[in-house]
Amino acid sequence: MEHYTMNLTLKVWRQKNKKDKGQFETYSVSGISSEMSFLEMFDVLNERLVVEGKEPIAFDHDCREGICGMCSMYINGRPHGPWEGTTTCQLHMRAFKDGDTIVVEPWRANAFPVIKDLVVDRSAFDRIIQAGGYISVNTGNAVDANAIPIEKDKADTAFAAAACIGCGACVAACKNSSALLFLSAKVSHLALLPQGNPERKTRVVDMIAQMDKEGFGSCTATGACEAVCPKEISIQNIARLNSEYARSGFTTDK
Amino acid sequence: MFRSNIPEGSMDKKWEEYKGHVKLVNPANKRSLEIIIIGTGLAGASAAASLGEMGYKVKAFCFQDSPRRAHSIAAQGGINAAKNYQNDGDSTFRLFYDTVKGGDYRSREANVHRLAEVSASIIDQCVAQGVPFAREYGGLLSNRSFGGVQVQRTFYAAGQTGQQLLIGAYQALERQVALGNVEMYSRHEMLDVVVIDGKARGIIARNLITGELERHFGHAVLLCSGGYGNVFYLSTNAMGSNVTAAWKAHRKGAYFGNPCYTQIHPTCIPVTGEHQSKLTLMSESLRNDGRIWVPKEKNDPRKPNEIPHEERDYYLERRYPAFGNLVPRDVASRAAKERCDAGYGVGTSKQAVYLDFASAIDRYGRVECRKHGIENPSEEDIRSHGVDVVKEKYGNLFDMYAKITGEDPYTTPMRIYPAVHYTMGGLWVDYELMTTVPGLYALGEANFSDHGANRLGASALMQGLADGYFVIPYTIGNYLADEIRIKPIPTTHEAFAAAEQAVAERLNKLKSINGSTSPENFHKRLGKIMWDKCGMARNEAGLKEAIEEIRALKAEFWRDLRVTGEINEFNPELDKAGRVADFIELGELMCQDALQRRESCGGHFREESQTPDGEAKRDDEHFSFVAGWEYKGDSNWELHKEPLEFEIVHPTQRSYK
Repeated sequence: MEHYTMNLTLKVWRQKNKKDKGQFETYSVSGISSEMSFLEMFDVLNERLVVEGKEPIAFDHDCREGICGMCSMYINGRPHGPWEGTTTCQLHMRAFKDGDTIVVEPWRANAFPVIKDLVVDRSAFDRIIQAGGYISVNTGNAVDANAIPIEKDKADTAFAAAACIGCGACVAACKNSSALLFLSAKVSHLALLPQGNPERKTRVVDMIAQMDKEGFGSCTATGACEAVCPKEISIQNIARLNSEYARSGFTTDK
Repeated sequence: MFRSNIPEGSMDKKWEEYKGHVKLVNPANKRSLEIIIIGTGLAGASAAASLGEMGYKVKAFCFQDSPRRAHSIAAQGGINAAKNYQNDGDSTFRLFYDTVKGGDYRSREANVHRLAEVSASIIDQCVAQGVPFAREYGGLLSNRSFGGVQVQRTFYAAGQTGQQLLIGAYQALERQVALGNVEMYSRHEMLDVVVIDGKARGIIARNLITGELERHFGHAVLLCSGGYGNVFYLSTNAMGSNVTAAWKAHRKGAYFGNPCYTQIHPTCIPVTGEHQSKLTLMSESLRNDGRIWVPKEKNDPRKPNEIPHEERDYYLERRYPAFGNLVPRDVASRAAKERCDAGYGVGTSKQAVYLDFASAIDRYGRVECRKHGIENPSEEDIRSHGVDVVKEKYGNLFDMYAKITGEDPYTTPMRIYPAVHYTMGGLWVDYELMTTVPGLYALGEANFSDHGANRLGASALMQGLADGYFVIPYTIGNYLADEIRIKPIPTTHEAFAAAEQAVAERLNKLKSINGSTSPENFHKRLGKIMWDKCGMARNEAGLKEAIEEIRALKAEFWRDLRVTGEINEFNPELDKAGRVADFIELGELMCQDALQRRESCGGHFREESQTPDGEAKRDDEHFSFVAGWEYKGDSNWELHKEPLEFEIVHPTQRSYK
């Protein structure tokens, strides 16, 4: 792989706090190596800002290996930037070329208010999980792990849904700010497993009620969520969620 | 104060006996007892969920925006359990034995035995929660091997085992939040422990969004705040992983155990340049199928695929035929360093070795072709079927490697090099996981207890969940049973006021230095000192130099730090400055500990103490003890020793040959 360095123009959203109106600011960065990660490029810029006595750009990040779901930049109009199936922290600068202008914004959704600059509040996702995104089993109540065989294909599909990292890119990409891909991943993960069966009906109804309460929009099936999901969560999960939802409504025995 | 409190009785009955006689707290009393938990990784989330279920009033804190993001999430390869589902001779005893031996006879036998005993229940619990472990076609759970072990006892979910386990524990935690048994404080950082009449009674926390300081009372405080590998700046830890909670506890009287025991993981993506902010692990599970090699010729200019088999040195298979590529991490890391130091390293930096999957792809491909009834398969058939199998097992790791390096590991071998990964040292705890401060506990990576001088792969997840689900729910009752008459202490108490004031003064001080150097810059320089002189190999002269350099760095930090922004707002620079200040103090203690331990053991390699063929040489006569360091003031500690006695596993020179 050829390495190269580049000079870039960054237009970054700056917003002091929740109440501030916010605006774009323009920065030039030079000597950026194609081997850097996108966030390391921000580290370089922030270090320079500190030396200049200016306030560095606040952004969320933690594991920097694409799994914690903390990083959340909206890069050139796309959550997590141009690469498919990739979080911002795993995006590398060889995705760009010398002279590029890159626009960076926070996730934009009513349910994700901005805390500062590129940092948003995603606690609504935790509250959706609280509404039913679990199996009610107290510690110590379990039977032997091999007592219930699970079809490999089903287990694999449940795992693929459970791979969701809760980053919120699906919401940021959706024109309605719907959280349905996130929600459907959890509903699918648990509905596909026999352990999830006892709470199958109430789970989906309660989680959707909470989603509405948080101010997320409705799904109009444009598929933008699936296209930007860093973990490539399938939109089929939304279809499964719809059938789970319908199923829970048809019978009254709860 | 410094007693391990190991129960009497034979090793395999201690935990059973303990549980049978430990004090209990009745359900009505549980409702009036409050517990504070710091950190929501596997240890913290599982403890918070379990204690909440039992009826205690729990407050849980994490610095991330959600408890689901704690760094346990990044664990890749798997979790061990003595289930013997593979009928390959595994048992509680073998898991116990392997762990004590793997730790180079520097762990406490009774704790390790308990860990092995509860390991099977962890898998049951996780499956009941819906953790989607890998399965065979018959619907039963699949296993693989990890280093230092000759059985298959590792359960996994592709290369995302930590994620799946943490999501399981997180969901259990959120369920308790919904039920009102746990109050969750995200984006909060603990900045001090409040001690009243010698007992831990609460914390001072900072709301990281508003910058406000908060006082929280608890009848007990549990630190589940993870390890301190980020003292090296570059490590596989998350950017936010820090020692601050543990360090504040240390300064308030909790002894620090074996701080110098650091795990350097053999298979990580090599450093590419000065800009590097963290290192990425390539799971140890890859050593099930990957073969590690370097060219037999120094500075061989050929591409790896152009070098024929007979001109490659599969040095682990050569040196350790019994365990081959699956030797423990400390052994594999040192062997890689040895080859690179001798001039056989590969890549532009020459600080890397190859991890090659070609033989695995070929082997799996042939099996699959047979399964699919393909007679006389072409090389292409074999390859494409083999790639599919490898993709299913390790796909996410290969993708990650490709994104970071721009190379395709399915066609060209990975380049890897050791990196800081885990810290076996941590707050000293007794058998009940209590530190030397009554009422203050440490769980998971934050304590020192189970892994000795080297942790075996897939054992960190096991320990975190064992501590949280199955140990603390019993042991904490033994303490809280005597606290039922203690009413919640109002946070207007003078001890809370004094602790908050001290925290506020320190924040003001960090902010008011107004120098010219960023916290990041100090962190990088600390990391370089630690890696060069207290890293994979250590010696007396180097450690003494490191101590001087760290003291100088500390003086410069408090003279020339620049923290931008304000105290009473969201300010990641200020958060970072506080953490770096604590890392600097810890770094000095690690060097002191490495200096006093004039033996090699596990991950702690003192160049003065090695066998003729370069293996770590222990000195059981003088160093068969846990080092417990008591804080006595600035750069001043007193060493206490907890002797290690081995009833069952008799220490010998560890051999994987």
